[in-house]
Amino acid sequence: MDVVLLSRIQFGITTAFHILFPTLTIGMALYLVLVEFLWLKTRRELYYRMYRFWVKVFAIHFGVGVVTGIILEFEFGTNFARFSQAVANVFAPLMAYEGMTAFFLEAGFLGIMIFGWNRVSPRVHFLSTCLVAVGASLSAFWIMAANAWMQTPAGYELIDGRFMVTRFQDAIFNPAFPTHLTHMLLASYETAAFAIAGISAWFLLKKSHPAFFKKSLYLALFMAAIIAPLQVVVGDFKGQAVAKHQPAKLAAMEAHWETNTEGGAAFVAFALPDMETETNRFSITIPNMLSILTTHSINGQVIGLKEFPPEDRPNVGVTFWTFRVMVAIGFLFLAVMLWGGVLAFQGRLSDTPLFLKILIGIQPLGFLATILGWVTAEMGRQPWTVYGLMRTSDSVSPIAAGNVLWSICMFVVFFMVIGFSYFYFTLKVLRSGPDLDPPVPGPHVPPDMITMNNEMSDREVA
Amino acid sequence: MDLVHVWLCLVGLVVILYVVLDGFSLGVGLLFPFAGNEAERDELINSIAPVWDANQTWVVFGGGALFASFPLIYTVLFSALYIPLLTFLFGLIFRGVAFEFRVNSSRKGVWNLAFFAGSLIATISQGFVLGAYLSGIQMDQNRFSGGAFDWLNAFSIMTGLALIAGYCLMGSTYLILKTTGNVQQRAFRQAFWSAVAVTGFLGIVSIWTPIHDMSFVSRWMSEPRVYVVWVFPVMGIAAMTTLFIHLKKKSEIIPFISSLFVFLSAYLGLQAAIYPYVILPSVTLYDAVAQTRTLEFTLWGVSICLPVILAYIIYSYWVFRGKIGTEGLYH
Repeated sequence: MDVVLLSRIQFGITTAFHILFPTLTIGMALYLVLVEFLWLKTRRELYYRMYRFWVKVFAIHFGVGVVTGIILEFEFGTNFARFSQAVANVFAPLMAYEGMTAFFLEAGFLGIMIFGWNRVSPRVHFLSTCLVAVGASLSAFWIMAANAWMQTPAGYELIDGRFMVTRFQDAIFNPAFPTHLTHMLLASYETAAFAIAGISAWFLLKKSHPAFFKKSLYLALFMAAIIAPLQVVVGDFKGQAVAKHQPAKLAAMEAHWETNTEGGAAFVAFALPDMETETNRFSITIPNMLSILTTHSINGQVIGLKEFPPEDRPNVGVTFWTFRVMVAIGFLFLAVMLWGGVLAFQGRLSDTPLFLKILIGIQPLGFLATILGWVTAEMGRQPWTVYGLMRTSDSVSPIAAGNVLWSICMFVVFFMVIGFSYFYFTLKVLRSGPDLDPPVPGPHVPPDMITMNNEMSDREVA
Repeated sequence: MDLVHVWLCLVGLVVILYVVLDGFSLGVGLLFPFAGNEAERDELINSIAPVWDANQTWVVFGGGALFASFPLIYTVLFSALYIPLLTFLFGLIFRGVAFEFRVNSSRKGVWNLAFFAGSLIATISQGFVLGAYLSGIQMDQNRFSGGAFDWLNAFSIMTGLALIAGYCLMGSTYLILKTTGNVQQRAFRQAFWSAVAVTGFLGIVSIWTPIHDMSFVSRWMSEPRVYVVWVFPVMGIAAMTTLFIHLKKKSEIIPFISSLFVFLSAYLGLQAAIYPYVILPSVTLYDAVAQTRTLEFTLWGVSICLPVILAYIIYSYWVFRGKIGTEGLYH
């Protein structure tokens, strides 16, 4: 295998493994802000205990996220040196800003968040939680700006093969950026909400700490109820942005070969795309639907993949299927959330076993959808690193393939060890449940969790 | 001072901050196997628990700042030092994960080993990187053109070992500051022997570097540099003497500060021997620097963020000041 393919495989593996962790922590930080706000406002012990429990889960993911994130920043130099050298003037400041503003907010105030309860005032503690949440989202801001620039480069001029900056505002707020960022942030919030909901459901099914996890579940579904519909809307905007700025990518995502000249383009619901023959096998199509989705008109024109020479096309099978599964998960989440809303309205949320079981089952799907979305975005950008301007084959470092083969093997072994230990310890922390012993700092509403568990009705909790 | 030099100083500052801050965290990891029992190991872990993550994050800041300001250094060095740099990362990951999981584990043995091994691997590969950097990088038209193992030579092995001694010194003097009783007594002995080793290595480096590459001497001796650079060895010797005296007196604070100065003098001394080159033997800082607009844009962020970051890092050290007990602080 050549160094290009190996470098791509390595970057894919390391990114996919890394993104699992920030996806959860970005969303969970928001959840913790919500919980601590309620604690400070009501001074009910329940909220304090909730914070302490969920922050443990947060901390494990945060730690793994930070160490795996450092790898990515190194890989631009170790594996994609020629890309980095060409784009540094535009691209590198975004990475630097990410390191400065976001990472540090997180890593600095995280200490206070976890260890600082008895050492700082409640206000300072709450501020730390908020700053960690802001830092986590800001981190996404810069990374998404950098990635969106690779999708739709702007604010530069090309001089002797190097990208020189003309305006940073244009480079950051490039055409793909707004939907790129919102889509990722919402994905994080949604994934975290359903992860928390799934864990809470597991405890509720076991009838362990019902009041505690009923509250956790309500808050998580409250978050999901706002996010899940928004995500569908943003997804639609994103599709239009891709159609406008990266037509080859959209055509590959939709396995759309021929530009429609008369009448609308059909939406391919199912197919096995064949890149050799430029056709879809076993396809099931919905007439005019693709035109409606991407142009919001019945007969709108959607450019087909045949308009692009074969060497400029992304892999159709991969982008087509990763995109479809991701969208399906998004709608599944929306449906579950709506059902949850009905149950909550009827006051039966925490004692409908089927619903709780489904929440447990769909828990990993948010993470899966995030990874699939990234695969769609990145594989869909191929064969370019900078869309239409710099080829992936011209982007890698001048190193021997053996180097990369070695590091891939190392990463795979490492990630297996880390992944296994991570699962083991997360489950262990979760199984031990909330710790009800340590004293609550400051004034608070008297505890009596046991009576609360037994007597509190759904209405009160809601 | 022009913008290029401002950035040179900034990157230099971030690098030395990383080296001393993660240096003592890694040093505590290197000294980990010498702790007598699980309670003492907990004490070691707790001494760095609130700060190690932030300390490590300087490497992210450093990487980002280097990429933005001197992209040529970043791209050439990182492809040339592929194996030691990634090994360094593997070490960091191992240490970080061991740190996170150890506290939740009932069988701590394996994580204790991982914590030590991760710290050792990260330290020695940093030393390899330093040695390889000082040995020069083979380049052709702004690209690395050497082999996968160019970084490995007798000199880089020596710098690898020297850094182990150096980080043990930082770690042990930090433990003197943060612990009491048995652990502190042991740290005093460890600090003494590390200081002896560091003195030896500094002697070796001072003799070997000019033999390894004569251009170091000619740059050192060039005017007007020669009137300034003598400060660094003098500072190093003064710091080392202070260190030994105060270790004997059993001072708790001064040994740590002295070892900071030992590091600083060695670091500045090497910088003075390289300047104005940033990749030996022939790339100067002006060859490697980014576009002016990029430097300006990134400088805005740094001048807002760096003071804030430094302020709250000092604040968080203040919050977690004083001696660390053995009670469960982490999580």
